[in-house]
Formats: sequence, structure tokens, C-alpha cells
Amino acid sequence: MFRFALRRSAWAIPTLLLVTFLVYIALRMGTDPLASYMRSNPRATHTKIEQYKKLNGLGSNYVTGYFSWLKNFVTFNWPRSIKGSREVWPELKDAIANSARLGIAATAVGVSVGLGIGIFAALRPGGKRDVAVNTVAFVGISVPPYISAILLQLVFAVYWSKWFGNSLFPTSGVYPPGQDGFDLVLMIKHMALPTVVVAIQVIAVYSRYMRSSLLDVLNSDYMRTARSKGLSEFRILMRHGVRNALIPVITIAALDIGAIVGGLIITENIFDYPGTGKYFLSAFGNGDFPLLMPLMVIIVASVLLFNLLADISYAVLDPRIRLD
Amino acid sequence: MIDEPLVSLSPRQMAWRRFAGHKAALICTAILSFLVLAVIVSPLTARYGVNQSVKAPPNSYLPPSKLAWLGTDDIGRDLYSRLIYGTRVSLLIGLFSAFISVFVGCVVGAVAGFRGGRFDDVVMRITDLFLAFPFLVALLVVRNMFGSIKWLTYIIGDVSSLRFIIFLLSFFGWMGVARIVRGQVLALKEREFIEAARASGASRAYIIKRHLLPNSIGPIMVALTFSVVGAISGEATLSFFGYGPQPGAGATSLGLLVGQAKGAVQTGFWWIALFPCLVLVVISLCINFIGDALRDATDPRMDAGK
Repeated sequence: MFRFALRRSAWAIPTLLLVTFLVYIALRMGTDPLASYMRSNPRATHTKIEQYKKLNGLGSNYVTGYFSWLKNFVTFNWPRSIKGSREVWPELKDAIANSARLGIAATAVGVSVGLGIGIFAALRPGGKRDVAVNTVAFVGISVPPYISAILLQLVFAVYWSKWFGNSLFPTSGVYPPGQDGFDLVLMIKHMALPTVVVAIQVIAVYSRYMRSSLLDVLNSDYMRTARSKGLSEFRILMRHGVRNALIPVITIAALDIGAIVGGLIITENIFDYPGTGKYFLSAFGNGDFPLLMPLMVIIVASVLLFNLLADISYAVLDPRIRLD
Repeated sequence: MIDEPLVSLSPRQMAWRRFAGHKAALICTAILSFLVLAVIVSPLTARYGVNQSVKAPPNSYLPPSKLAWLGTDDIGRDLYSRLIYGTRVSLLIGLFSAFISVFVGCVVGAVAGFRGGRFDDVVMRITDLFLAFPFLVALLVVRNMFGSIKWLTYIIGDVSSLRFIIFLLSFFGWMGVARIVRGQVLALKEREFIEAARASGASRAYIIKRHLLPNSIGPIMVALTFSVVGAISGEATLSFFGYGPQPGAGATSLGLLVGQAKGAVQTGFWWIALFPCLVLVVISLCINFIGDALRDATDPRMDAGK
């Protein structure tokens, strides 16, 4: 087991290097970092330009350029942003923290509701509530996050205040302008709508996974054995049914991180929420190479990490899987 | 005494019967056919030209009325007519890139599954990685990269052309299909009839073309439907953030219309937000339902209970 995990992890590092190399090439070709720098800093001196090129590894071909960028990256000698020459790390850190908060809240709500209604539907396949859950899941899959975001904004921000006189949930930012310091109630109010938008997607996907996985398990022989032993229905469902049904669901969950991050990026932009999504789109719009590269490294690393977790969790949870 | 004559059904007929038994899918097929028909004969169904104002100013943001069934936009154009033209462009993008994705996905998936080995490993690793990557980020980065390659623009056009969007969405679309086809091929290739074909000297390409792909037609059809939805919503996502196609004067797309909704929310012009979103949702909901019914209909395991 341990050797399997070790071997898989060892593979992750060359993969990370290779993928960041490809991202480096794609960004260098796509955003043209030098031209964007000149556009944002038309009066930059020659030495400034040389320094910018050196820190980002833009001076030479792709391979040597990548390695000199990598050296600066791992020694934390990060270049400043093109626009406004800001430090990258504090900004990135805040963006990630905000996104993580939203992402975890939405995943927690989405997974618990999704698994719950998935189990609920699987208990009576073909019954009324199965059809209802199925329909809800289909609507959830078919409504893209920007549409649910717009409709929620329309209802809660515009029409709620028109009908009831006060706006229930604000539609942008983390705090109202002028607020400083921590305020839990305000924060939850601001996060409510974006959380719902992301959670809808999660619920739609997970209820279907859980339903089909649990249905497979419920039809298996060991369920009949458990019943013939005289265990209570609840115990059969929880200990033998749900636990086994969770194995494939967890694996898919770890692979789903990209979809959740993707949903976050879209949602944050609509709600003007200062997370990685806004960070990415504004940096991408400016062609801000120094801001983009660290974010891309973190995205690639987390995708690889969750891929790895999926593989390992699958092996740990299901003893029937042979590792070699 | 046998009252009913015994009828034997071919697998295709059985699949059709199961599909027809799925009520939601039938309703969805009807709605979708109606939409597609309305879009094909757009000169008849649209009431105004795509850039035509409904009347002389003041004509902006008129609420839905007899003059403009679904209201007008910021410069007085009929939303209903624009929706019809926009849906036409979006369906075109969806169908073209779905067909390209499915074709490439079938070839890659079948070869990877049938040959196995190193090729299979590499292709599936790439597929995994791309499928796990946030879609919008990958789409935008690759979009700009392809846009910057000069010689490529002669083939696939400028970044804002329809051809480019179709190419870009196909570039990301084939992987899901490849994975499905590969799984199917892996399950089929150990079966006796493939062994028989190989024993009688059939080439690899012949076996794939003649035996493996026809036997995977169910999952491929399902993948095709989901590819159409993927491409339509991919175009809409790109357009929503301003990186979509610019189909030129006299055209629009569903994504561009949904993108306008963003600005309409705070001002309270609900029709600008509601109707384009509704059309997009109805289209993807219908195609999703049809795909699901197709999956149920073509999955041989469904026979067990019936």
C-alpha cells in the first residue's frame, strides 16, 4: 500500500514539471508578456525591462526560459505584477483564501444535500421521489452557473427589494463598501447566493452518482445476506449499503475538483467576489504573466494532488483492488 | 392457444421501444424538433431582421408587447427575432464541434483501447488531466495560444470567428468521448467474435471499423448528445466573459445574448435576462434528457429486469 502511494506520488513531480512547462509555453505564446508589459508601462527604462525579462525567464527560448523562471519561482524570487507593480503573493493568498472559503462552503452544502437526496431516491427506484430527484438533478446539470447566478440576482437583489422593501442578500463582494474587520453575519449574507450557485452544480452531480452507486450495491448478494441475518433496515442501509456505495463516489469526487473550481471562477465573477476567479480573469485580460503563472502552478498542483488522492483512496477503500 | 403472434425484435427495435417508453425524452424530442425547425426556417419565424429596430426611437428596453413579443434590447432590436438567429448560430456550433469531437474521440479511444500499452497510457493520462482542469481556464489559455500562431489562423480563422470557436471546442471535446469509447472497446475486445475476426486474418483497422465501433454505437450516440450540450454551453461561457465568437454584423449567438443579461440585472429589465437564459436551459435540458433516455435504451443491461 505504502509503496503504491509512494510510487504514484513520485510520478506527480515530473508530471507537475511537464504540465507547468506546457502552461508556461501556452501563456508565453498566448498573452505575449513582453508586449503586455510595454503596454502597461510605456515609459519603462531599459534596465527595468531587462529585469522583468530576467525574472520571468522571457529573454531566451522556451526551455531555458522555463528553467530560469522555475529557479526564481522556487526560490520565491517572484516578479511583480505588470500592472501597478504589485507583490503577487499577498494578492494570490487572499484570492485563494476567499475562494477556498466559498468552495468549501459550497462543497459541504452540495455534497451533503446531494448524497442525502441520492440515497433518498435510491430507496424507491422508479417511485415518485426518485422521479422528482432525477428531475431536480437534470435541471441542475442543465442550468449553467452564470444563468442560475443571474436569475438569483434578479430575484433576490432586484425584485425582493422592489416587493418587500429591503434586499435580503447582497449580490457583490465579501463585505459592503466601507466595512473593515471581521463580521460573520455580513460575510454569510454575502456568501449565501454564490454558495447556492456552486452548490446547485454539486448537488446535481452527486445525487446522480450516489443514486446509481447505491442502487448497484442494494442489488448485491451481501445485502440479502445482511437482511437474512436479521439486521435492522437502517443498519443494513448505513453499514452495508451507503458505506460501499461511497467508494466510487469518493473517487469521482476527487476527480471533480476541476469542475468545482471552474464553477467558482464563473460564479465569483458574476458576484464580484474577490477570489481566484476574479484574479484569473482580470490578470488574463491584462496579459499579466507574473500574476498568472503562480496561479496556474497552484491549479495544476491541486488537480494532480486530487488525482493522486482519488487513486489512493480507491485503493484504500476497496480491498478488492490489487495494486500492482 | 396463442392469441398474439410471436414477434422477434431486433436490438435496434428493442432500443427504440425503450426510448419511446421514456415519456420525458419524447416530450423533449418534440420540443427540440420544434425549436430546430423554427430555427431552420428563421426567415419565416423571425419577425424582424437581426439588427432591425422594431420602431423609430424611443425604442430601447420596451417590455414584451404585441410589437415585440419578448421585448427589445438596449438599441431597440426585437429580442424574439434575435433569439431565433442566435439559437441558429449556437446550434451550428454545437453540432459541428460535437461531430468533430465524436469523430476524433472514436478514433483515439478505439485505437487506445485496442492497442493498449504505452499509447493507451499516455492518451489516458492526458485525458485525465484535461478533464480535471478547470474548463474555463484551459479554454481561455489555449484559445489565446492558438490565436497567436499565425499560420494556424489561415486554417481555423481568427480568434473571434465561428470556425475558431468550433475548432477550440472540439479540441477539448474529444477527450470525454475517447474515454467512453476506450472503455467500450476494452470490454469488447476480449469477446469471441473479435477473436474470430482476428483469427480469420482481419486487420486492426478493419476490426475497429467493422466490429468494435458498430458495437459501441449506443454509448457513442449518448456521447454525441452530451457533446452537443457541452459545446453549446462552452460557447455560451466564452461569450459570457467576452471571449466568444463575433459572428459579424447581422448575426448573434445565444451566448452573446445571455451575456447581455449580466448588465440587465441591476437595471431590472427582466426580459433581457430571462428569455435568453430560458432558451439555453431548455435546449440543454432537452438534449440531456434525450441523452439519458438513449443511454437507458441502448444499454443491454437494461434487459435484465424486463
